Amino acid sequence: MTSLLTRRRFLIGSTVAAGALAVGGYGILEQNPDVYAVLRSAEALTMGAQRMLLRHRPLAREFSAAEISPTFRVNGTQAPDSEEYAALHENGFADWKLKIGGLVNRPLEFSLADLKKLPSRTQITRHDCVEGWSAIGKWTGVPLGLVLQAAGLKPNARFAVFHCADELEKTLDGSGRYYESVDLIDAFHPQTILAYAMNDADLTVGHGAPLRLRVERQLGYKQAKYIMSIEIVESFGDLWGGKGGFWEDRGYEWYAGI
Amino acid sequence: MNEERHQSTSHRRTILVRRHSIVTRLTHWLNVLCLSFLIFSGLQIFNAYPRLHWGQYGADDDRAFITIGADERNGEPRGFVTVGGMTIGTTGVLGLSKMEGQWTPRAFPGWLTLPSYQDLAAGRRWHFFFAWLFVINGFVYLTYNLLSGHFRRDLALNRHELAPRHLWQEILDHARLRFPEGEKARHYNVLQKLTYIIVVAGLLPLMVLTGLTMSPGIDAAFPVLLDIFGGRPSARTIHFISASLLVLFVIVHVAMVILSGPWNNMRSMITGRYAIRNEGPDA
Repeated sequence: MTSLLTRRRFLIGSTVAAGALAVGGYGILEQNPDVYAVLRSAEALTMGAQRMLLRHRPLAREFSAAEISPTFRVNGTQAPDSEEYAALHENGFADWKLKIGGLVNRPLEFSLADLKKLPSRTQITRHDCVEGWSAIGKWTGVPLGLVLQAAGLKPNARFAVFHCADELEKTLDGSGRYYESVDLIDAFHPQTILAYAMNDADLTVGHGAPLRLRVERQLGYKQAKYIMSIEIVESFGDLWGGKGGFWEDRGYEWYAGI
Repeated sequence: MNEERHQSTSHRRTILVRRHSIVTRLTHWLNVLCLSFLIFSGLQIFNAYPRLHWGQYGADDDRAFITIGADERNGEPRGFVTVGGMTIGTTGVLGLSKMEGQWTPRAFPGWLTLPSYQDLAAGRRWHFFFAWLFVINGFVYLTYNLLSGHFRRDLALNRHELAPRHLWQEILDHARLRFPEGEKARHYNVLQKLTYIIVVAGLLPLMVLTGLTMSPGIDAAFPVLLDIFGGRPSARTIHFISASLLVLFVIVHVAMVILSGPWNNMRSMITGRYAIRNEGPDA
């Protein structure tokens, strides 16, 4: 009986200790760089698995017009508040030009009218916010691959970086500026478009006028709004926080397929 | 469950039988670890958008059938849960709870989320890490137990067990906390079998599939998931409901372990040996 009591006490004690460690330990574990690295290893696994499953480049589901959300929630920046953007907006974006540079053979500039003259793609797709909500909208725009081909990529080109007009976080050094990046696999996917229209009308300011990215098969924060320029790079390590995007620099996954 | 060892000489009537294989024991405890992290990080993720919808789309302006939120009532802040059209005040726990002494609008309180403070990015990292571990662990468990014959031997139901009369008797016995003894304790009873089948073949795979349906990448690879579950918002709702059912299972499971002999049950899941007290003299 004595041994049972001792064992019982030991078991209870160790259970309580393990429980306390589990609850109290989260915070400590979280800050431990090794634990963080182990947790992040799942991201590589997810990306590897999804790239394998998506190797034949299937299209994300396209919906019927009847399935479009009655209201499409505006997320992130509601309206960029720089004077530069206000001036462009006032003029109906007639002075706006999309600049394509970096590791390209021919740096190019497109006005909104130029982009609208190029072959377009229209798709009714689902926008998936990382928070968990979803909205369906109809997007029209130029396939990104087409624009990149026109500029001609240098052999060491690996990522397309989208520099945006909005500052989602006010900082002195400008590091709150929105930006995003995709690799060339996503850049050349047929559903990856530079959208200038939503639900058959020009993009509204809330939804990213004059131009936003649609990279279906990834979450909402990859769908950069207010695109001002596209920079082709070999690595995004020296841009802002070095993680390839505004939210990526704040802890979110660069590969946002889940 | 066939090899047995007499505890001492033939005068004793308690025998130890081998109940759980090493694979079952290891995967069981890994599963406990995974599900614990998954549930708490899952609630963190839920908190980022504490509304559940049905269909192919669902956001703020669309009808939700479960909402956890906070508002003001008679000048006092209040937490609430709305299910269908019915609203229940849940101040203190759901919708509105205290974080470091301050009333904070939060669907699930800090003591139920991982991390305790609002951090969706961190919640996702924990969730997806343990989701991978859970899937790998589940794969090992299913493969081993299919090959070893554990499912066929110990979980397969026979016609006699499923007879309404027998089922009813089992329910009555459980309600009276009368658990099988002696030879009968060597095998799972029909309620145990049914529960384990529902959890192993139903709820756990449903968690994985509905979780994957929330991934835009997986939806592009397997669009059929959207037809099976009726959309990403529906899959999120089913994910939440089946997680709730799993929590219910764990509560009942732990209660049954305690009521039917905690030390014997714990020993069988740690060392694999389960004690059976035989009636009548040992032969």
